[in-house]
Order: sequence, then C-alpha cells, then structure tokens
Amino acid sequence: MASVPVSSADSAAPRSLWLRQRWLVLRRLSQALVLLAFLSGPWFGLWIAKGNLSSSLTLGVLPLTDPLLALQTLLTGHLPYSAALTGAAIVLGFYLLVGGRVFCGWVCPVNVVTDAAAWTRRRLGIKTGRVPDAATRYWLLGGILVAAAVTGRLAWEWVNPVSLLHRGLIFGMGGGLFVIAGIFVYDVLVASRGWCGHLCPMGAFYGLLGRTALLRISASKRSACDDCMDCFTVCPEPQVIRPALKAVGQAGPLILSSDCTTCGRCIDVCDKQVFKMTHRFDQRSE
Amino acid sequence: MDSARQPARKSPAAESPASAARRRFINGVAAAAGGGCLMALGAGLYSRSASALPAQALRPPGALAESDFLAACVRCGLCVRDCPYHILKLADLGEPVPTGTPYFTARQLPCEMCDDIPCVKACPTGALDRELTDINQARMGLAALVDHESCLNFLGLRCDVCYRVCPVIDKAITLETQHNPRSDRHAMLLPTVHSDACTGCGKCEKSCVLPEPAIKVFPRKLAQGALPAHYRKGWEEKARHGGSLIGEQVELPVRGFEGSTAGRSATETVVAPATPEPSAAPAVPVPPSKDISGVVRRGGLDSHWKP
Ligand code: SF4
Ligand code: SF4
Ligand code: SF4
Ligand code: SF4
Ligand code: SF4
Repeated sequence: MASVPVSSADSAAPRSLWLRQRWLVLRRLSQALVLLAFLSGPWFGLWIAKGNLSSSLTLGVLPLTDPLLALQTLLTGHLPYSAALTGAAIVLGFYLLVGGRVFCGWVCPVNVVTDAAAWTRRRLGIKTGRVPDAATRYWLLGGILVAAAVTGRLAWEWVNPVSLLHRGLIFGMGGGLFVIAGIFVYDVLVASRGWCGHLCPMGAFYGLLGRTALLRISASKRSACDDCMDCFTVCPEPQVIRPALKAVGQAGPLILSSDCTTCGRCIDVCDKQVFKMTHRFDQRSE
Repeated sequence: MDSARQPARKSPAAESPASAARRRFINGVAAAAGGGCLMALGAGLYSRSASALPAQALRPPGALAESDFLAACVRCGLCVRDCPYHILKLADLGEPVPTGTPYFTARQLPCEMCDDIPCVKACPTGALDRELTDINQARMGLAALVDHESCLNFLGLRCDVCYRVCPVIDKAITLETQHNPRSDRHAMLLPTVHSDACTGCGKCEKSCVLPEPAIKVFPRKLAQGALPAHYRKGWEEKARHGGSLIGEQVELPVRGFEGSTAGRSATETVVAPATPEPSAAPAVPVPPSKDISGVVRRGGLDSHWKP
C-alpha cells in the first residue's frame, strides 16, 4: 500500500523514499512475519507457530492466547487449561509493557484492510458518511463480554473479523471474506476509520491495556511543525496527536493516549521530522 | 467526527449550538445503528449456526458436550494441526457448524482413533477433555444403520464391510443372524451397532460400499433416544433383587393361547414372535421353522417352500 505524500511539496531537503515509508514497511513486515510464522508449517513443513492468534504454540514450547478471548471463556463459566491461561498472561504482560494497540499496528491483519480503506477514501476524496461515536467500541466490548456471560458461549467468535481473517488466512476461508469486504466498504463509504477507530471491541480492549505502555511516539520537534496537517490526515486515531503536538492539556511532547497504535505513520509523513519513536520517560523536546 | 476534530475545519463559529446538537444526535443515532447492525448481524449468524450440530459433522475425540464445547473452544486449530491424518477442519463462516470450530466428516475422512490421541493433547483450553486417555472410550458420535432397504446385508448378501473395518469390532458393531424371509432358507447377518461401545469414529460410514452409505455416524444427540428418567425395566429390577419386588402373583388362566402359553406363570415373560405371521391362521400356534444352520427359530415367514 503506497502512501501519498499529502502535501508539503515545499520541504527543503526532500527525504528519501525509505525515510518516508520506513515505519509502514517495518509494520507490514511485522504483520507478514507473524502470518508467515503460522504458514511456514503448512507451506514448507517448517513449524514455527501452530494455531492462530486466538491461541497458539510457538516452537512447541511457548503458548500464547488472546487475553480477551481467555476473559470471555472465563465469563462463560469454563476454566481453561493452564496452557491457555499461561498464554493469555504472557500476551497480557507483553502488551501492558509495550503498548496495547501495538497489536493493532503491528500484528492484526485487519489493520492492513482498514489502512487500505483509509487510503482509498483519501484517494477518492470521499468526505461523506457518518462516523459512530468513538465510545461505541467500548460499548461493543462490554456487549461481547455480556454476551459471553449470558449465552455461555464465545458468541463474538462467530463473527469477530480479526480472528475470522487471521484464521482464514491460515486455515482457508470463504464466507469470512464477506465480513472483511464489508468492513472495507464501510470504512471507505460510510465512516472514515470506522471499524478500527470506532467499533472494533478488540482494539478497544488492547487500547485499555495501553495506559502504561513504554513504547510511545513523541512530537519532540514540535516547534518545527508548519501545520501541514499531514499527520492528522494519515493517523488512524487523529485525536491523539493534538495534545502532544499543540500542547493542549499537557505540557510534554509525548503522545500518551492509549488509542495511539504506535504505527509510526506520523513519523513517516512529517517532512519536518517532528515525531520520533521513543519510550515513555523521554520528555525531551527540542 | 474525525473531520469535526480536525483543526483544518474552517467554520466552527458558523455552526449554531442547535446544529451542533443535531450533529451530535445524528452521530449518536449512527453509532446506535452501526453497533446495532453489527450486533444484529452477529446475533443472526449466531442463531443460524448455534443450534445442534448438523447431522454429518462430528467433533474430535474428547469434545465436551456441545454447549460446553462452544464455551471452551477458542477456535485455534491446534487440534487440527496435530491430527496426523488431517481429518479435522475448522468451520468457515456460513457453514452450518459454528464458525471456526473443529469438526470432521466421516464419509470424507474418518477418525483413525490414534492410541495417543494427539488432538486432545494439543488442545490448550480443555474443549477436548484430557480425561480421555483411552481412545476406545471416545464418543464422537454414534453409528446407525439407517437404510434397511439398501444395506447389502439386509438384502441377504454378505457385504459385512462396515463390520470388518470397525476398530471396536464385535463390541461396537456385531452381525446379528436373522432368518431371511425372502428365500426362507438363508440367514441375514444384520450389522448392529451398540451404543455402549461405538466411538463414532466413522470408519463404517466411510467404508460402506454403496454410493450413499446405508450406515451413517451422527452426533450422539441426533442418533440416540432416551428413556424417561423414572422408567425402570422390570426384568432388570427383578434380577437385581433376586426375585419379584411385588411378591408372587395369582396365576390367572390364559385363554385362547393354550397351545403356546398354557401352564406358564402369568409373571413369566412370553417371547412374542419376532415378525408377524400373516399366513398363519389366528390362534393356531406356528411350528418353529428351521434355517439352514439347523437352528430352531421362532417367527419368520413360512413360504411353504419344500425341498
Ligand atoms: S482495531 Fe481491531 S481490527 Fe483494527 S487493528 Fe486493532 S484489533 Fe485489528
Ligand atoms: S499518532 Fe502516529 S503512531 Fe500514533 S496512531 Fe497516529 S500516526 Fe500512528
Ligand atoms: S484420534 Fe487421531 S485421527 Fe482421530 S481426530 Fe484425533 S488425531 Fe485425528
Ligand atoms: S485445540 Fe481445542 S480450543 Fe483449539 S480448536 Fe481444537 S478444540 Fe478448539
Ligand atoms: S463408528 Fe462404526 S466403525 Fe466406528 S466404532 Fe462405531 S460402529 Fe465401529
């Protein structure tokens, strides 16, 4: 997915293509490698990871389980084996440390679809549509937890696009493609960043894990910002940038909102190189 | 909403409080509608596939009862990966099996009943219960000889394939000898499944030589009836207690069947003829017929064929 430099043709020293696409390329690489770890087994007989994002076993020793799914299982009243619980604890710990929505930017396969939809929407200049309230995802998150408790089943897994796509890519899919296509069309025509930014309960869950994230974006050179708005245009959660970039409601340059997916796209597109990837305690600004 | 938050938006001042409120209202409705649609979609698909398993889908060995299974299985496919015979697959959205859950179809590939049950070992959640350590105790389904009209053994031929391939031969499936009323001098060896030993592996269904199998394996819930909980079998109770529980009964004379039942105790079970005898005159006792093996049999058609 190539990205369009949205404006700022007036930049003094044009940055190389690599610098303008670096984080995007690294992210796509990460998403592809996660997928490849699961596919190398069935494709080449080289078993790195078995299973899928819902639960997996890597190199025959490391269990990993989606903590949201483990939580739903517990709510149905079923106590999973320790393998699944250990796996969930490891994943939970990892994202609490690194930043919950790192999952969205660097692992989740649906992100590729919704990024493509956002790009298409920008390209076609579509401005219409209705965006649901950003709180809807938290309602949905509550809804799927309630659904699990009430029905005694993992109800959300019948339709969860994230597991649908990831499982489908690994084990084969047909019907699930319609859901993914539906999300693409919805994001292009109805709501800008509609799915990942406003609806996805999994994104909401991982967002809640991001309050203590160590990996953060900093608008450290914010004084150089020339208000080109490129970062706002590409950011999947544009509301997170303002407090840091314009010092609204906070003094430091760190993007602290846990909605930030740490995708680094803002770093890529900013010709003034305002942003950088850093850690939570790096409050320096130049 | 995104556009509303973008500082680039030109005329925030031009927007009256009333129109801002209206915009919020519309956004709220859109949220409700979007969320509602998704929920409805989910609920719809859910209810479509949430009912009992379709007749030809069988769960891997050790699977919990279906409702518990749907609570426990995270649809990871680890069981699929560790099945050495690749019989398991994960259901796709729109299939009648709940999305993402593992199942197999006996007629395509039956379970090979691995001694070490790797699928159960692979399951991280307990959807496949590790209590199952002897594959012969697996109850993936139950075979039923559904078509008595096309099963070759029922036609009096000797196919026996379903019986021969059964990994629990002579326990899960037996051949029950019965007089062949058509020829009147042959036996039919009827494949008969026993629910206390059938694992539901599906080998019989897979191997049935007919273009459409006469024996099929179904999820147990579909294949099995159930007696009411209060039902007691008199003869079992009697055997357990070493005698009748209600004391000796007054013997009443039996009229009309003097030839066959006269002199028997009224509490003694009288074995009814296995098949009706349309040619026999009423109240005339039927002489027991003999089949080719010389075994005296009760019932069966007497075609009056004489060598
Ligand atoms: S919001 Fe949901 S679909 Fe989007 S990237 Fe995150 S987990 Fe994936
Ligand atoms: S602020 Fe930057 S890193 Fe965070 S989501 Fe937006 S573009 Fe990605
Ligand atoms: S017992 Fe063996 S053949 Fe049967 S499902 Fe399990 S792994 Fe596959
Ligand atoms: S391994 Fe267990 S949890 Fe995973 S798909 Fe199979 S039955 Fe479900
Ligand atoms: S399913 Fe058929 S082959 Fe398998 S145990 Fe039962 S009767 Fe035997």
